Amino acid sequence: MTDARVLRDLGEHPVWIRMENISKRYGSRPVLTEVDVCFRPGRVTAVLGPNGAGKTTLLKMLLGLVRPDRGCITVGEKALDGDPAYRQEIGYMPQLPHFPDNLTGEELAAMLDDVRGFVGEPDESLTRAFDLGRELAKPFRNLSGGNRQKLNAALAFRYRSPVLILDEPTAGLDPVAARILKARVRRERDDGRTVLMTSHDLGHLEALADDVVFLLEGRVRFEGEVSRLLEITQQAELEGAIAAFLMEHGASGADGLEGVA
Amino acid sequence: MRIPLMPWVAVVLAGAPLPAQEIHVGPESHYRSIAAAVAAASPHDTIVVEAGRYLEGPIEIDRPLTLLGRPGAILDGEGQRELLVVGADSVTIEGMTLRNTGLSFTEDRAALRVEEARFCTIRSNRFEETFFGIYLANAGDCLVEDNVLEARAERETRAGNGIHLWYSTRITIEGNQVRGHRDGIYFEFVEDSLVRDNVSSHNLRYGLHFMFSDGCTYQSNAFVRNGAGVAVMYTSNVVMEENDFDENRGGAAFGLLLKEIRDSRIAFNRFRRNSVGVRMEGANRLVVEGNDFVANGWAVQVLANSDGSAFTANNFVGNSFDVSTNSRSTSSTFSGNYWDRYRGYDLNRDGVGDVPFRPVRLFSLVVEQNEPALVLQRSLLVQLLDLAEAVLPVLTPRGLADADPSLKPIDTPWRSL
Amino acid sequence: MNTWTKVLRYEMRNVLRARALLGYGLFFLAATTGLVRMGGGVERVLPSLSNLILLTVPLVSLVVTTVFLYEGRAFNELLLSQPVGRKELFRGLFMGLTLPLAGVFVVGTGLPLLASGGFSTAAGPVALTLGSGIALTAVFVALGFLVAFSVKEAARGLGVALLVWLGLTVVYDGVVLLASHNLSAYPLETPMLAAMILNPVDLARMVSLMAVDASVLMGYTGAVFQDFFGGWTGIVIATAALAGWVLLPYLGALRRFGRMDL
Repeated sequence: MTDARVLRDLGEHPVWIRMENISKRYGSRPVLTEVDVCFRPGRVTAVLGPNGAGKTTLLKMLLGLVRPDRGCITVGEKALDGDPAYRQEIGYMPQLPHFPDNLTGEELAAMLDDVRGFVGEPDESLTRAFDLGRELAKPFRNLSGGNRQKLNAALAFRYRSPVLILDEPTAGLDPVAARILKARVRRERDDGRTVLMTSHDLGHLEALADDVVFLLEGRVRFEGEVSRLLEITQQAELEGAIAAFLMEHGASGADGLEGVA
Repeated sequence: MRIPLMPWVAVVLAGAPLPAQEIHVGPESHYRSIAAAVAAASPHDTIVVEAGRYLEGPIEIDRPLTLLGRPGAILDGEGQRELLVVGADSVTIEGMTLRNTGLSFTEDRAALRVEEARFCTIRSNRFEETFFGIYLANAGDCLVEDNVLEARAERETRAGNGIHLWYSTRITIEGNQVRGHRDGIYFEFVEDSLVRDNVSSHNLRYGLHFMFSDGCTYQSNAFVRNGAGVAVMYTSNVVMEENDFDENRGGAAFGLLLKEIRDSRIAFNRFRRNSVGVRMEGANRLVVEGNDFVANGWAVQVLANSDGSAFTANNFVGNSFDVSTNSRSTSSTFSGNYWDRYRGYDLNRDGVGDVPFRPVRLFSLVVEQNEPALVLQRSLLVQLLDLAEAVLPVLTPRGLADADPSLKPIDTPWRSL
Repeated sequence: MNTWTKVLRYEMRNVLRARALLGYGLFFLAATTGLVRMGGGVERVLPSLSNLILLTVPLVSLVVTTVFLYEGRAFNELLLSQPVGRKELFRGLFMGLTLPLAGVFVVGTGLPLLASGGFSTAAGPVALTLGSGIALTAVFVALGFLVAFSVKEAARGLGVALLVWLGLTVVYDGVVLLASHNLSAYPLETPMLAAMILNPVDLARMVSLMAVDASVLMGYTGAVFQDFFGGWTGIVIATAALAGWVLLPYLGALRRFGRMDL
């Protein structure tokens, strides 16, 4: 267990995230039902499930973008109540970034610094590692897909936040960049941060994830360590484990594997 | 025939009185009252009225005299009476201040009345709080110039006219300023007279009101903010040129109301910010040219009983309605005017639009029947309605169109280009 | 500095760089310059300008607002995943759209008028006309927020926005005109004025009518009109009603935005 470890760079406190008895409907369609999970510091937790299982809704709830109908979410000491201050603790990397076309990366970064009220030296190591330097002066609309995703990642890691929420972080990245990012995620975990991620690429996840939360039709079907999941399903790899899990719960294998993250 | 010079001169001298002399009236002069001085004066004497407040009148001037007021010479009626009554020819009244006649419901009480006299000159006097100011009845060949008439009438029924003419001929009214009366300048049965360079403003009814007054000319006057503008009625052969009709606004206010007028000329005037610029009721064979119609509610209203007028080379700019009429046909013609609403083209570049302009908007017919609809003025809906009607005229008079509209504003005395 | 003013600053920068906004400014610059050049003085320019404003400002404000809001959804999510509250974001976005739109409009129309120099004598009417344009901008930005936060799908939202525009600029007046025509036997001044106050486009139009059509309105015999258009009453009522027209959609949209799931 690494949750007691002290965060290395800044001496920040470790942050637990708890979702208790969360339910949410869009209209008459239930998206999440009685979800009860915990995300621990010093761990990478992969949120898995087929398309429509409620992964994105779950992440958005943590960010306050979606409000639960019932239940309680706690980030660190704070129960979410509409006060945006707790989001100081979160670095968020959205899936497919849509930043304003006319702003350059530099302006975007300066702007986020500004709205966060961030003082001090931001962490620009990922920018350097991606060699984004010159791209930062270009307006967003002139960036390639890969560079957009790099910028997206760099911004999420910029504030050394104790919590990192990464939605499909490696999508659109070239193998070299993906490698850099994964190494970075590992380091953050080792520093005691709480990392949540989804990914299409189960291979990537397997290499990174410590814990898995598996969602199916809005319900948590499994919560626990990866090794435990492999054990239960008697598979050697995450991919096989998921497939086995899906088959067991009656979803068609092909369908499930298609968009499992 | 040869007339010996000396006897002729002798005859003239013998028949004439002594050479004209000056008689002074004043608090410290021999004469303390103007009436006494008049009584003592010989014909063609000059009575000099020194500064002071004279409480007398009515003073009858029954012989040719010059009454010359020094600055501060005030004749005060104390709200009771007329002040000067001229009953002789060749009288000059100059430099006097006539004040406070009070009002009367039984007579046309005037500060200065000229009755059956000729060759009078009324110059540079001030009239303050007088009921009627200058009143000429059966007068002829008089000059009324550079007078200032100021009253503060509040109700039409309790107000008199500034300069009032009745049955008079060859009168010149020039350079006067009239305000705050019922009618600023009033003509009835006046002929061959000239009204020039006057300013008539803030009068309760008309700035200028004339009836049955043929052959008169009105030139370079300003008629501003009068209750109902200017009214011209039952008259022919009138010339109105270079006058300014400005801000005559209200429920029944017209820049110029023409009623039963014939064969007259209205040229180079400016009609600006009036509720109605020119309204024609039974006005026939008028020439209307070179006028500026600017920012009026209705620039021109031509009623059905008006025939054969020609509107040429006028500017229509910023009016809510350019032309309205209550008839489907009209014999008045429009040509070569500038219309700011005109959206036609000029392919041969001769400065004349290639398609005719129809100045009567459909919306003006709508408003005629349904006045509150006025609030929809300038709405997109109304513009679409007008556009539709302009393309395919159904309700507006077919013949009423300017076949050769000017593409550029026309040079007028009011528009320096 | 408040969070909302920070949002405002960035939203403004973003909006001001959009080509659509540049085009909007240039359009008014060219149109006003053209009107001034064509001659005819203030009496000619102001009515045409006010027609143009009533036609363009609502449409452009509404469309630009909805397009920006739909396009900026992902970006708003990013901002909301920072320590930024929804109210603050909303206020920043609203001002960030209103100020550039109104500013570009004022510069585009104001510069040619200033440069021509002939409008110092008509400062009052010019101010009323430009003021009506600014008010219309705020109203239709607010309506754009209401539409964009009520209709999820962008294409449908844009359609709704166009319907709102058409309804308020043409259909509403058509209904009023027909109704007044059919009821012309009754005294209609007060109901007509009320009907005008209930529609922001008509309201703004009334304000510019006071500037450019005062003569005809003063010529109207109804005492209600005389009172309304003759003095400060009309201006005060119209201003208050316009403020209401900004505030109601603003609050409605804010309420929806505060509760919606992104």
